[in-house]
Amino acid sequence: MSIIVDHVDKSFGEVKALSQVDFEVKDGELFGLIGPDGAGKSTLFRIMVSLLVPDAGFCSVHGYDVVSQYRNVRELIGYMPGRFSLYMDLSVEENLAFYARVFGTSVTKNYDLISDIYEQIAPFKKRLAGNLSGGMKQKLALSCALIHRPEVLILDEPTTGVDAVSRREFWEMLKKIQNEGITIVVSTPYMDEAEMCDRVALIQKGSVLDISDPSRIGESTEKVLYSLKSSQGVYTYLERIRNLEGCRSAWLFGDELHVTLRSEKESLAIKEAIRDWNDPTIQWESIVPSIEDRFMGLMREEGMDAHEITETP
Amino acid sequence: MRGASNHIIEVKQMVKKFGSFVANDHLSFHVEEGEIFGFLGANGAGKTTAMRILCGLSYPTSGEIMVAGFDVYKDRERIKRKIGYMSQKFSLYDDLTLTENIRLYAGIYGLGRKQIAEREEQLLERLGLTHVKKRMIREIPLGWKQKLAFSVAIFHKPAIVFLDEPTGGVDPITRRQFWEMIHDATLEGITVFVTTHYMDEAEYCDRVSIMVEGRIEALNTPALLKQEYESKNMNEVFLKLARK
Repeated sequence: MSIIVDHVDKSFGEVKALSQVDFEVKDGELFGLIGPDGAGKSTLFRIMVSLLVPDAGFCSVHGYDVVSQYRNVRELIGYMPGRFSLYMDLSVEENLAFYARVFGTSVTKNYDLISDIYEQIAPFKKRLAGNLSGGMKQKLALSCALIHRPEVLILDEPTTGVDAVSRREFWEMLKKIQNEGITIVVSTPYMDEAEMCDRVALIQKGSVLDISDPSRIGESTEKVLYSLKSSQGVYTYLERIRNLEGCRSAWLFGDELHVTLRSEKESLAIKEAIRDWNDPTIQWESIVPSIEDRFMGLMREEGMDAHEITETP
Repeated sequence: MRGASNHIIEVKQMVKKFGSFVANDHLSFHVEEGEIFGFLGANGAGKTTAMRILCGLSYPTSGEIMVAGFDVYKDRERIKRKIGYMSQKFSLYDDLTLTENIRLYAGIYGLGRKQIAEREEQLLERLGLTHVKKRMIREIPLGWKQKLAFSVAIFHKPAIVFLDEPTGGVDPITRRQFWEMIHDATLEGITVFVTTHYMDEAEYCDRVSIMVEGRIEALNTPALLKQEYESKNMNEVFLKLARK
């Protein structure tokens, strides 16, 4: 095992950030931690990279305890925090050289590992990191995290706020890094990125809801899902379908509504109700749930779709 | 696009330069009153620059731009009173309570005490937040914060609300609830101008523009864009356009 997280708890004052988090990451795996802001992803990462001590439980990287053997852990890992840890008043090449020397290596020694990524920003190597665009900062931060050829790469939301094209390019880079034999743990709020991982853990409010390969995650929920489409637009049908007796949930989903029923027995009644709306362009069909549907299903099962705010935090 | 067409934003040949760099290269487009207008583009395409001009926060280098009936060169202060703004990065003050945040923003927009009290009660009730109104913003979950921030941005009933990546990082259910709130706002006659990196959200817009390197490369309804670029969803349209 590359990483072991064994029943980890962490609280900040009254707020329980992590509760009995328990999973393992295999050697060479691309492991995704999927969940929204505030789910506890960054706290978990900080424990894995030895920057925070868990209240209870155990965590190790390549057999080294992140608390008692943190020095060994730090040599093994490359870490890219959510807000890139670049020195804004150093140039691109100075940042890279700095990170190489901190880890007792040189830029030339492991250059082959980062050449694909670094060459995209090399034309700006004299520019201060603070003057780079978001996409270029991201590439420089990734180069700095890789320059000592870590065995484990830990990336905290590397694509948040990044456009759809750059996100795709970033994931192509991650695949190449994985092919070099480096284990990768990456967090993201984008459900579509989960499909690129070998395995994913869905995390919400400090708890892991499910761990599996992306094609099967959360499959215990949302077995039957329906899609409603109409060339009149679907928004007008959202409230109408929710008001039907047999409807359990209905949400906007791109140009469709995704609908789950209280039970399969309701499907005929719903079909008839929809027919009565007299819109010949309506298409109503059963579909295979996407990972986002399944995540939403898990949230509902855990009672997290209501987002109640309790009296005491 | 409901009812008679009326251009609430009119942009003709807008140019914005920073030194020799052209951030906005002759943009021409309009936004119809009451529509949801999606303003998409890759990072660095020039969206934020254009949005700042439309909000009256920066002057264009050249071009004719009218927002809510006012000229962005002469009437920036009037424009600011007619619009609302919210982004993922800046929304509410963490160390003020819910009520204090509402009153602060409402006061800035010149609402009277009685009006504020009335609307504040309605708002808190509608969001189901009355029982936590004395809590600090930092104590409530991000999803709720974003919903409240949106409600505050339209509290003074602006003609247009500008939303800059309003759903970044929030969970999939909250994202959808947020878009239902956006739709409800249009029913009150508010025009919505929104940026996002979630391409499924582009489908919820009446019309969408896609900026590439300072220019508007495409502008149409999601259905027609998908048809034109032979794509099954807006993500495909975006990928085809953004790296030409």
